[in-house]
Amino acid sequence: MTRDDTLPKMTARHVNVFYGANQAIADVSIDVRRDEVTAFIGPSGCGKSTFLRTLNRMNDTVAAARVEGEIRLDGADIYARDMDVVQLRARVGMVFQKPNPFPKSIYENVAYGPRIHGLAKGKADLDRIVEEALSRAGLWSEIKDRLGTSGTALSGGQQQRLCIARAIAVEPEVILMDEPCSALDPIATARIEELIHELRGRYAIVIVTHNMQQAARVSQKTAFFHLGRLIEYADTSDIFTNPREERTKDYITGRYG
Amino acid sequence: MSPLTLIFLIFALGMIGWFTARARAVRFRLASPGRFGSLPGHHAAYVALWTILPPLAFLLIWRFVSPALVTDAVLATPAASTLPPSGFERAAILSEARHLAHGRGTGAFHTLSTALAPAYAAAQSRYDVIAAAIALLLALGGGMLAFLRVAPALTARTRVERLVMGLLLAASLIAILTTLGIVASLLIESARFFAIVPIGDFLFGTHWSPQVIDPADPGAALGAVPLFWGTFFIGAVIAMLVAIPFGLMSAIYLTQYAHPATRRRVKPMLEILAGVPTIVYGYFAALTVAPAVRDLGATLGIASASSESALAAGLVMGIMIIPFVSSTADDSLAAVPAEMRDGSLALGATPSETIRRVLLPAALPGVAGGVLLAISRAIGETMIVVMAASGVASLTLNPFAPTTTVTKQIVDLLTGEAAFDSAKTLAAFALGLTLFVITLLFNVVALVIVKRYREAYE
Ligand SMILES: Nc1ncnc2c1ncn2[C@@H]1O[C@H](COP(=O)(O)OP(=O)(O)OP(=O)(O)O)[C@@H](O)[C@H]1O
Ligand SMILES: [Mg+2]
Repeated sequence: MTRDDTLPKMTARHVNVFYGANQAIADVSIDVRRDEVTAFIGPSGCGKSTFLRTLNRMNDTVAAARVEGEIRLDGADIYARDMDVVQLRARVGMVFQKPNPFPKSIYENVAYGPRIHGLAKGKADLDRIVEEALSRAGLWSEIKDRLGTSGTALSGGQQQRLCIARAIAVEPEVILMDEPCSALDPIATARIEELIHELRGRYAIVIVTHNMQQAARVSQKTAFFHLGRLIEYADTSDIFTNPREERTKDYITGRYG
Repeated sequence: MSPLTLIFLIFALGMIGWFTARARAVRFRLASPGRFGSLPGHHAAYVALWTILPPLAFLLIWRFVSPALVTDAVLATPAASTLPPSGFERAAILSEARHLAHGRGTGAFHTLSTALAPAYAAAQSRYDVIAAAIALLLALGGGMLAFLRVAPALTARTRVERLVMGLLLAASLIAILTTLGIVASLLIESARFFAIVPIGDFLFGTHWSPQVIDPADPGAALGAVPLFWGTFFIGAVIAMLVAIPFGLMSAIYLTQYAHPATRRRVKPMLEILAGVPTIVYGYFAALTVAPAVRDLGATLGIASASSESALAAGLVMGIMIIPFVSSTADDSLAAVPAEMRDGSLALGATPSETIRRVLLPAALPGVAGGVLLAISRAIGETMIVVMAASGVASLTLNPFAPTTTVTKQIVDLLTGEAAFDSAKTLAAFALGLTLFVITLLFNVVALVIVKRYREAYE
């Protein structure tokens, strides 16, 4: 990329999202920096997932959803008419709350994206991509002897790392994670958090979490959402030690939410 | 006493049992305060059921036993001694006598039957009186015994519950038993057929012409392979070539692309198509498609092009089956978790890539099971082939040539005027049995596949 690396990776300006007549996101503006992990926190139903899904246009798959405002990736409007959604989603990958490996072999799960986007120059190249993605997701050593077994036969934590590997394999620039650890036990969670640390800097990462400690541990920036609005967005250390807003303070100290 | 009066009397006794038991239960409830396991209504139902069910059960069994008893009584009369010793005529005379005795016969064909009729009437009325007496005694006896047991400690509630369960069980058994009966009769007739024709000749013979059967070697003209082939060619090949692609594509469109409102409207419409009487498709096949196919064959220069071709019947059958394929494929596709689709889309796959590479493979077992069910329906389908397929059996790969099927031949064999126990007529039962076994196998395999697949996502 020849762009100025000090510019934000993604910028959102005055974003509104409606589900039919209900507004789920109201006037949210935020920057996602390329070398940082950004955490979205807030009470259930405040619109974190909805906003996250506007960043790779996954809301397009919800018939009732409508997005207003402006979201840019490296300065290009992703909702512009000439934006290729397929390319966008290859550049902005996503990991879901519930691990959702395809009912295919581990190898095929990871090879799926590179195949679709024609990233490999041959079988050997594809093998290399798969191995690299699985290694970066910290899964390679555990499963390198059984690449042919079904992805759905792995443990929940392994499945989630497989999903991360699957997303990494298409060489995205941004990775969106929607509560990636909520279905996992503490050990698997710690493993994913480690992984996020390792991936930081290589990808811009946005993570939605209900776990305050997790947000504090993995992120550099934290955004607090409440009732569809962005209440406060600042350095994670500031948000957790010295929040400006009363509502943020109440939420992170567990007074409600 | 007519059967209707008898049943009325039994129910009347049941009513009396109901009211007396109720009154008794109400009385002892009033006499002692406290909790009771059963309400007066339960005691009442308990006595009423015990009054009604035993005589009804007896009458049901009686219906099957009494004809033999009556006939035995008639055979014991002096008039019966002049009956022919055995065989068809003896049975015919007896049956005619029975009809005359019931006042249903219009005139006697055999003089002997007129002579036997009074004996029949006498025996019948004697046994009717006996049956009525036993039934009423059972009603009274059952009711009395039950009534005597009505007491605060009687667990009438659970007993009634058990009786009701028994009734429901009996009702559900009836359907199963009837099917078993049908299969048994099919088996018996087929056994008679295979006594005449070696089973190997029938299953593996390639020459089928039941019109001319050599009595010395009936198996030579009753080789069913051409029928099996025709059935398979029309139902499992041509029909599926139509039904699978169209059914799948409509299911994909409806589950993945159509607006939910469209889907809500179109899906029931497709399902209604499955209820169109098959004779309607038969007309369409015989009057519209068959001539068109013949003309097409003729223009292509195929000399054997027939208006009774496999292609015409198969095409229309395929159209008929589309809703079945589409509806099972639709269910299987809809059962693939939405996360699969989202996962694929989020990797930058297009909707059609997602369908081809993720959704269809995941839904494949369900789709395959649905296709097997559709095939078993297609090969059992009768009306379309009766109207559009040929009566002449031939072993051919040419879809324009006349072709016949198992079901079409069964109809032809049974509507012919051959004697009921000739090899020709009995062959229909053997064909029916074969068809039954094959479709049963298909269904079992399909259900196993579909079930496995459902479990994979639960
Ligand atoms: N597909 C949808 N159709 C209609 N309304 C929706 C849909 N998805 C979400 N909503 C609504 O939008 C609002 C925000 O939902 P969203 O899932 O973004 O919240 P969230 O912050 O992610 O909550 P959670 O922490 O529980 O995941 C909620 O009021 C929800 O009911
Ligand atoms: Mg959410």
